[in-house]
Amino acid sequence: MKRSVIKMTSLLLVFLMVTGGLGIVSAQADDTLNILFWQAASNVNPYLSGGTKELEAAALVLEPLARIDPDGVLTPFLAADIPTVANGGVSEDLTTITWTLQEGLLWSDGTPVTSADVVFTYEYCTNEETGCAQLTFFDGVASVEAMDDLTIVITFDGPKPYPYGPFVSFQSPIIQAAQFADCIGANAQNCTDQNFGPIGTGPYVVDEFLANDVVTYTVNENYRVEGQPYFSRVVFKGGGDAESAARAVLETGEADYAWNLQIAPDVLLEMESAGLGTVIVGFATNVERLMMNQTNPDPALGDARSVWAEDGSNGHPFLNDPVVYQAMSMAIDRNIIAEQLYGAGGIATCNVLPGPPAYASSNNDSCLTQDIDGANAMLDEAGIVDSDGDGIREYDGIPMSILYQTSTNAVRQNTQALIKQWWEEIGIEVELRNIDAAVFFGGDPASPDTYGKFYADIEMYTNGSSGPDPETYMAAWTCSSVSGPDNNWLGNNVPRYCNPEYDALVQAMSDTADLDERASLAIQMNDLLVQDGVMIPLIYRGSVSAHSNTVEGVQMNAWDAELWNVAEWVRSE
Amino acid sequence: MTKYIIQRLIIAVPTILIISFIVFAILELSPSDPVGQLPLTIPPEVREQIREALGVNDPFMIKYVKWLRQFLINEPLNILENATGMTFGDSEGRLRYISWQTRSPIVDLIGQRWGQTFLVVGSAYVLGIMIAIPIGVISAYKQYSLFDQVGTFFAMVGFSVPTFFTGLMFIVFFSVKLKWFPSIYDTTLQVSFNDFDSIVTQFKQMVMPMTVLGLFYMAQISRFTRSAMLDNLHQDYIRTARSKGLNERKVVLGHALRNSLIPVVTLITLGIPGIFQGAVITEQIFRINGLGQLLIIAIQGGDLPTVQSLTFIFAVLIVVFNIVADVLYALLDPRVAYN
Repeated sequence: MKRSVIKMTSLLLVFLMVTGGLGIVSAQADDTLNILFWQAASNVNPYLSGGTKELEAAALVLEPLARIDPDGVLTPFLAADIPTVANGGVSEDLTTITWTLQEGLLWSDGTPVTSADVVFTYEYCTNEETGCAQLTFFDGVASVEAMDDLTIVITFDGPKPYPYGPFVSFQSPIIQAAQFADCIGANAQNCTDQNFGPIGTGPYVVDEFLANDVVTYTVNENYRVEGQPYFSRVVFKGGGDAESAARAVLETGEADYAWNLQIAPDVLLEMESAGLGTVIVGFATNVERLMMNQTNPDPALGDARSVWAEDGSNGHPFLNDPVVYQAMSMAIDRNIIAEQLYGAGGIATCNVLPGPPAYASSNNDSCLTQDIDGANAMLDEAGIVDSDGDGIREYDGIPMSILYQTSTNAVRQNTQALIKQWWEEIGIEVELRNIDAAVFFGGDPASPDTYGKFYADIEMYTNGSSGPDPETYMAAWTCSSVSGPDNNWLGNNVPRYCNPEYDALVQAMSDTADLDERASLAIQMNDLLVQDGVMIPLIYRGSVSAHSNTVEGVQMNAWDAELWNVAEWVRSE
Repeated sequence: MTKYIIQRLIIAVPTILIISFIVFAILELSPSDPVGQLPLTIPPEVREQIREALGVNDPFMIKYVKWLRQFLINEPLNILENATGMTFGDSEGRLRYISWQTRSPIVDLIGQRWGQTFLVVGSAYVLGIMIAIPIGVISAYKQYSLFDQVGTFFAMVGFSVPTFFTGLMFIVFFSVKLKWFPSIYDTTLQVSFNDFDSIVTQFKQMVMPMTVLGLFYMAQISRFTRSAMLDNLHQDYIRTARSKGLNERKVVLGHALRNSLIPVVTLITLGIPGIFQGAVITEQIFRINGLGQLLIIAIQGGDLPTVQSLTFIFAVLIVVFNIVADVLYALLDPRVAYN
């Protein structure tokens, strides 16, 4: 027995050396595009899963009427053109928009794409029992009607100055009515075949889907652009971690594209220096910010803890004082955080809404320079001093001690450590806390640790507009959206800010169609949020990805799917 | 003996039911949320609708009974139908237990993955055992020799260096520097015995995870074999065997090793459920679509049904292999009798 074991082992070892020495890793086939997502796709239905990984996996197959290009500009995909007031596509009163499909479009199964599919998509997502993750795209839609085979009229229940929500971008693509007919409502969850392999109009079709692991695609023979796509097969592999994904593209060349590489900036730079791939960054509107609790989170208050009172009686003991929040903002060196912790993926910002460029305010840029002495002087001058000599300032006799929470994530914990240090230099005591992301961002009303409950003085996370138009995003901080027990702590207005002036701006924006005026309103809102100390913006965050130098045509897009133009990607010679 | 086995099996049923309840209850109480990972741009009302559609908000007992019914009755019936081609009752309308993340039947997910786990982790286990036992025997026989010292050193390394470290070291060395083996496991590879290239590719992608895990298993088992051998080598019956003039080979392999294997076999049997659980970390590092990876993704995504089902299956396997180990023990060692 023993002898045979030795024989087997040595045989194995010989085999190992031979294959290792001779073969070198078998080069990836040139006509296969290897995409690496370190989070694996769970299905290919963007309406059932709001996660980016599923949206991107579906972007190769499903297409919307129009996409948003890397500059934030609408580009027709299935539609013949972009409807506007000028070309008559949008009605004068801003309540309807008329889309026209391109002629001769075919699904990958060879059947024609008609306006009925678009109407069905609307019905599918808006059915309450479907549990559609992209429901907000149909906010304010009263009806979607097919006028003829190619014309779709969307009627809104009021004037919609920015009508490009429904059926635009990778979050709202068209699905095939014939395929999903039985999958509407409660059945949506059980349609495994459809959710794993939707029929689409995109350049590729799902060949094989292994849930939470890999999707393989082949060419859609009926793709509308002659000659495209250029790869005959796409492998969309998931799992692992960001660092090894970056390594596979930049150092070993095993993959052609890796997504979401938020890893230590110096590590990424070193990998890139191997010369096999290129790191790319796209900026949309995501901002890592500190949310300042406008209410009192004192545990002694019991049920009234962090609950906003209309009469303003439950305000925060000191965070509402302009001197305090301005000093806190001045004490932070955003550039150090950006350079050391975010690298290519982040730049310092003073705005809650940093993009698109036309919407970015330039009125708060002074915050980019750190000024600890200035902050200290400001606090001293206002009489907020350390009266008992313990190194912590007192505000009306209350020691300035704050609890600062965020989700568990290495970059966030490092940011916390830096900011704690700076704040302690201006005499504010800081206690840090980090909470598992699933709990922190989870909506469990029974949990005391959700970001919506905000049982802390300050919390930090990233948020941004879901598209280039900031209307919905900026509408989050009105009095009526204050997060509290009456809405199960699920209100969008997490810092519990309430300012009639702000509400009026939000109202004005929903009545204004002119893009320049909208931009000016957005800037005013941004300035209010920053100058009222509702938030302290820190970092304008981009998405970081990497592609192999042998792949051409990649155009990083932070507004739509990163794989939005995958049909044009080609292997360079 | 048969009576003993039957007794154990009967006791196992309530044990498993109690375990199922505990597993279900603990996970149900855990603060996880299937929509917690979604982008913040998705508003709370929409999240609530998704939860409602998934059945997250159903009362606890209803969910538990539904799960028991779907998992213990519907799914086995499905498997039976697929295996035999017959239909039992209303097979079309039978509800299947759906994962929240993928919206597909959990049993199908497990079916897709267990083979991969079994292949990679299982062969690592076998490899580990094949290397460990000879090392254990020689180390014990030549206690304190150079071989023993080196063996001890490797066992300690295998024991104390975590697999996520050895895994990364292997990737850096063999994938990045030498480019011998792929760092990404290709789960779409079709292995066919007619296609030699596919076998080589499969072998190459298995080498690193197998070695990492094999080293880990080897460490445990070789130490155990060594100490069992040491116990036996100093027993009276060994001296008797030698004084009867048996050759060393017979004494060591025929007498000492056979007796030493009794506890080792038990240990190996008890380790088998661990194979099915997959090596969570190793699978994650090499991107192998095994059960361990499924478990970790499900935990991260707040996919309670999948976590509950997997944990329950693992619990059943542990109960079953405990019984197997007990029985094997009695078979290998006639002195042990169960009455």
